[in-house]
Amino acid sequence: MKQVTAEFHYNRTFKFSANRVASCLVLALLFVALGMAQAPATNTASATDSTATQTQAVAPAAAIPPDIAKKLDDLDKATKNAQMAGDNSWMLTSSALVLMMTGPGLALFYGGLVRKKNVLGTMMHSFILMATVSILWAAVGYSLCFAEGSPFIGDLRYVFLKGVGAEPNADYAGTIPQQTWMIYQLMFAIITPALISGAFAERMKFSAMLLFMTLWSFIVYFPMAHMVWGKGGFLQGTLGGVIPAWDFAGGTVVHITSGVSALVCALYLGKRNGYPHESMRPHSVVLSVIGACLLWVGWFGFNAGSALNAGPLATSAFIVTHFATAAAVLGWMFAEWMVVGKPSVLGAISGAVAGLVAITPASGFVKPMPAILIGLAAGVVCYLMVSKVKQMFGYDDALDAFGVHGIGGTLGAILTGVFATKEVNDLRMGKPMGMVDGDAGQIVNQLIAVAISWVLAIVGTLVILKICDVVFGVRVNSQDEIQGLDLAMHGEEGYHFES
Amino acid sequence: MKKIEAIIQPQKLESVKAALLAIGVDGMTVSEVRGHGRQKGHKEVYRGMEYNVDLLPKLKIEIVIPTARQEEVMRTPMAAAKTGGIGDGKIFLSDVLDAIRIRNDDRGEAAP
Repeated sequence: MKQVTAEFHYNRTFKFSANRVASCLVLALLFVALGMAQAPATNTASATDSTATQTQAVAPAAAIPPDIAKKLDDLDKATKNAQMAGDNSWMLTSSALVLMMTGPGLALFYGGLVRKKNVLGTMMHSFILMATVSILWAAVGYSLCFAEGSPFIGDLRYVFLKGVGAEPNADYAGTIPQQTWMIYQLMFAIITPALISGAFAERMKFSAMLLFMTLWSFIVYFPMAHMVWGKGGFLQGTLGGVIPAWDFAGGTVVHITSGVSALVCALYLGKRNGYPHESMRPHSVVLSVIGACLLWVGWFGFNAGSALNAGPLATSAFIVTHFATAAAVLGWMFAEWMVVGKPSVLGAISGAVAGLVAITPASGFVKPMPAILIGLAAGVVCYLMVSKVKQMFGYDDALDAFGVHGIGGTLGAILTGVFATKEVNDLRMGKPMGMVDGDAGQIVNQLIAVAISWVLAIVGTLVILKICDVVFGVRVNSQDEIQGLDLAMHGEEGYHFES
Repeated sequence: MKKIEAIIQPQKLESVKAALLAIGVDGMTVSEVRGHGRQKGHKEVYRGMEYNVDLLPKLKIEIVIPTARQEEVMRTPMAAAKTGGIGDGKIFLSDVLDAIRIRNDDRGEAAP
């Protein structure tokens, strides 16, 4: 009893003195001890002891009138604040990391892969979405994705960010302000359409591209994000979905929708002038290497951030992301080495992106060794896709948005059903999460989610392209295409060595 | 007056420049060019797309000299740029009708 009082004294000095750091540590320790006591796997003797002390301490304290009760209450608040500070700092960092994936990550990655007359136009595709989607998101996008509505689309309760403030939205992330959750999700809505731009690179009209991306956000992304992640969504894993599918960070929502839409765009727009007879060599693999490295780093925000807190699940997602990517680099490189005779740098960095894509849906559900398998499979399969299958069919997916994101995303989504385990993420309270836990049925759910994403992406994108074609014409005329999009669309050139 | 155009391997520029300077030739124009003679190009592969790159990077050195020195000057890059392998380059000699130094209107052999 005495001890407890002493501690509360200490707590008061915390509130009214400058000695905050030490007090925070004490609170954090208390909190960790509580957490450990509750976690069944780490039930050590000391943790149990501390729970016992707590229970004893709390029972008499409740009997003691108001000031002690108030102090307990204060302690509770301080603990919550401490947790929110920790989680929020990681989530804001993650938000910034995911934005960094689009610009400069994707802008450099794609920018280096095109011919130099199109470098600015290609970078602009990514960059302008950082602005366009942000405004759509603030106006209605967030609400359509994350307000509870029908199973297929959210309602309008959060339009113009009404009611989105410092208070957490417990349905999604109970320990960070809803504003943090909102801005984090925005970064995903930005990069997803930017990925598609790899398919129509070097030949799409800028005005049509803007309209396309706006409509695509409404018709494909917002509904898909709501279905998979939104409360009451059709495929939601934990909040009452009809067919719960696991998609930790966006295999279906981000990579399948964008990758499959990319294929539709490539087919609809047709090949670039001169493809495949004229040289369309990447003008600077150097830029692409820098971009790919930024993507790799930014992806930690994408996947580990999807834990929505700074706890052990974030760590788990972080490391499986890293290992899968490493395996995919080697998978692609060795496959190419065997087929072509040389291990190309472009191959190695493309492998990294393929691995990052494939581990995305699985990142919160699998252990490191299965992650390495997923990465390895993605590296080899995506290599064969872009180097063999694409040429077999002859479509011009200029920068391989479909081959890497569509195929890698599909592979990852299915393998998530195989390797998801309750040892990593026990969403079903002890029941099996995936095939390795003894429930192959999850693979069926994953396949249904994959099929829905494919169908929505194909149908939605076709309709949108048709609309854009009628309004603006989707493709630049061949004169502009020969001149290059930088001059024809933007009146600029990427490189002036003479000036 | 004669013009010497020497197409050389890019990595030989420094040796050729030093050799020319040693015999007192201190004016030259150098440009990056692409071309090929008997040397065939190479294959590049980007995500399975093969490109035959047969125009290879070279440097072109242009020097204008008094006719009297043509043999001496032509031999200099010949010796300095040689590796003995395919792709070492070529040297062309041609007549120059006139030359003007823009700064002070010097003409003819006084200009280069």
